[in-house]
Amino acid sequence: MNETLGVIFIVIGVGFDFFGCLGLLRLPDVYNRLQAATKCVTLGTCSILFGLILYKGFGPAGIKAVLCIIFLLLTSPVAAHALARGAHKSGVKLCKGSVCDKYEEDKK
Amino acid sequence: MKRLRWLIGLLAITAVLGAILFYPLPSLMEWQSPLLKHCFTVFFLCALFCLWRIARGPTTADRAVAVDILGILILGFCAVLEIPTGRDWYLDIGIAWALQSFISTLALAKYLEGRGFDE
Amino acid sequence: MKSRIILFCLAFLVWVLLTWPVDPQHLAVGIFVCGLAAFITGDMFVKRPHAFKQASRYLWFLYYTPLFIWECIKANIDVAYRVIHPDLPIKPGIIKIKTKLKSDTALTFLANSITLTPGTMSVDIDEDEGILYIHWINVQDQDIRKATEIIAGKFERILARIFE
Repeated sequence: MNETLGVIFIVIGVGFDFFGCLGLLRLPDVYNRLQAATKCVTLGTCSILFGLILYKGFGPAGIKAVLCIIFLLLTSPVAAHALARGAHKSGVKLCKGSVCDKYEEDKK
Repeated sequence: MKRLRWLIGLLAITAVLGAILFYPLPSLMEWQSPLLKHCFTVFFLCALFCLWRIARGPTTADRAVAVDILGILILGFCAVLEIPTGRDWYLDIGIAWALQSFISTLALAKYLEGRGFDE
Repeated sequence: MKSRIILFCLAFLVWVLLTWPVDPQHLAVGIFVCGLAAFITGDMFVKRPHAFKQASRYLWFLYYTPLFIWECIKANIDVAYRVIHPDLPIKPGIIKIKTKLKSDTALTFLANSITLTPGTMSVDIDEDEGILYIHWINVQDQDIRKATEIIAGKFERILARIFE
């Protein structure tokens, strides 16, 4: 029973990873790509690790998976934030349909 | 024209995924382990998308984003790889790879920021 | 000195969980390495050690976790819908919001929560005035006060009770 649930969680996670990478391919500029990819891939990988916990139980692998989930939820937004700021400071403009850019106005 | 491209893309992706998931048709008793093996192929498809973005990306920032995402994908790949092989140390490789990828992403972001000041 | 002891306990807990089947050799190496790390970088991480003793903060943190996970799942379904849709229904823009939080940890957690909730991502933080620049994939309102209420209203009150 637990193994079936674990496999279902793993398949859902792989599906979200796939959508995230599709977003990396389809969306128009750096910031939108960063949003789609970071959110979908982070939660997809968390779902895979949760399925691993359900499959294996709280052995050594399960405890490492819990640590991995906490680590991933803490670090991946920080990396996205740093990349977005670096991209904006290196002069990447927003894509054509954008509404407003208050950051650019405030920098001048 | 846009809708036509979308439809062609949808059909292609559905065909590839269907071929991956159902080609050697898994039997009803033993479906878990073959399903996990098919998951690896989906991961290869995701990694191909990331590599396409690294090769084609118009700016340096796009490439940095794709490298970051590839690092997280490999953590998930190592986690899935642990079940059919039954070896515990694959998750260790995943943890080490994710840590190093995080640090290298921060370094790339610093590099992007610094270059903007020089120009 | 107190902050160093707290950092040592946290690092040692992580070390024991990483090498789970408890082994005396691993424990000895762990004590040595965690002691060294805590001695060198002790006063960088933990600024106010007395905050670790108050129990209500942990209760609020337990309340915050399921809320955060629910927002996370909603964000994923939202982004997956936008990616699959043939017309790409996005209306991106960078806006700014104003927050009342002051301490470093609270601002970091607020930025992380904003990044993982539907459609928003933090781009830069101005710590002196408490202004966050947010990239929003579907801009609903450009006014600073209404945007603050929509984006950060839910998390700000809880995070103020946990980390301030």
